[in-house]
Amino acid sequence: MDMTGIAGAAAFLIGAPVAGGLLAGIDRIVTARMQGRKGPPLLQPFYDVGKLLQKSRLVVHPHQGLYIWGFLVFLLIAGALFFSGGDLLLSIFALAVAGVFLALGAFSVNTPYSHIGAERELLQMMAYEPMLIIAVLGLYQSTGSFLVRDIVASGRPILAELPGVFLGFLFILTIKLRKSPFDLSSSHHGHQEVVKGVTTDFAGPDLALIEIAHWYENILLLGFTYLFFVPLHPALGIALAGATYLLEVFVDNTHARLRWQHTVKLSWWTGATLGLANLAILDLLR
Amino acid sequence: MSLFKKSPWVLHYNCSSCNGCDIEVLAALTPMYDLERFGIINTGNPKHADVLLLTGGVNAQNMDVVRSLYAQMPDPKVVVGIGICALSGGIFAPCYNIHGGAATAVPVDIYVPGCAARPESIIDGVIQALDILQQKADAMRGRRRPAALAEEAA
Repeated sequence: MDMTGIAGAAAFLIGAPVAGGLLAGIDRIVTARMQGRKGPPLLQPFYDVGKLLQKSRLVVHPHQGLYIWGFLVFLLIAGALFFSGGDLLLSIFALAVAGVFLALGAFSVNTPYSHIGAERELLQMMAYEPMLIIAVLGLYQSTGSFLVRDIVASGRPILAELPGVFLGFLFILTIKLRKSPFDLSSSHHGHQEVVKGVTTDFAGPDLALIEIAHWYENILLLGFTYLFFVPLHPALGIALAGATYLLEVFVDNTHARLRWQHTVKLSWWTGATLGLANLAILDLLR
Repeated sequence: MSLFKKSPWVLHYNCSSCNGCDIEVLAALTPMYDLERFGIINTGNPKHADVLLLTGGVNAQNMDVVRSLYAQMPDPKVVVGIGICALSGGIFAPCYNIHGGAATAVPVDIYVPGCAARPESIIDGVIQALDILQQKADAMRGRRRPAALAEEAA
């Protein structure tokens, strides 16, 4: 790995919690404004995590925290691989392992809400993984490489070649960002039918770790979104990726939660039509 | 840094209230008053909560529920008893199944008066409870790091 790769990975490991926390703060303010409220301060997510870290550690059993560390560490690996310009496939596989750790943590406790959340987490993975793989394959087909640094350096008009794949990716991005209508596994508000789903039985510092891991995850996903805007100026590309996030916030606020059957069916159909059709057409045009 | 004052997450439980105080609690949590401005979130999950809001008197059936909810909240935590029933059982006090106020089940830090309590006084009660929450947090930190406490005293 060259120096820029190491610098990219280090920037992710250090910068992503800051950027991710700010993004969460912006998310909460924008959400509040969309609902006609003032909303919390921008730094509220940091206050929350700081407070959670100061709470006493209440666990159901000792190895509950281990799964959360697994979730965080594999997210760090996925992100470091991505931002060092490494293999995109390896990165999304590490991301999948991280998701499995979260589900395992939720399965390891006794709360039925947590179990329902874990089952839904796995169903969500089933729903989004095919389209995520198709997105990676699309990027390969367009640029001829799985390496992030080659994709960024390719200068190919990725979005023009992969409009269907991009739309399909936007669709599953909503699932990955845990936004309505796909926030099945961990409902955004704790007073709803699954309480807090996968995070129900995690308290204090463990919950803080999950929050921090989500910040890393969101930045990684925005990085992935950025790949579609690659030939543009980096600042414009990053702005467009940010705009994509705001679009997801808008969708979050305008949709009620779907049932898991619809989630799986819709995501697979989106992947099979928009995604695969795009790959096939691109192949025929070449 | 008084982070507990900036991010109090509340859990609301109706012991055996007539629902009057509960409607007022929910009114305080609605977008109209927008308690999220102060970082307050209604969690619905004791493991994520810092403040337990109790309404109504404790009866034979929900005694264990209240105790269980309290036990599931990680320290530091505070309890706010809302309305006259949470104080003494109110007009339900003479009923055969009522033990009395919320304090018959768990230690209560702040009582909010009223029948029903007004949203403004509920918000005021929660804000006062946050001072106690911060004191408890400071005391906890002192227990974990006695050296730091000695330093503050010096």
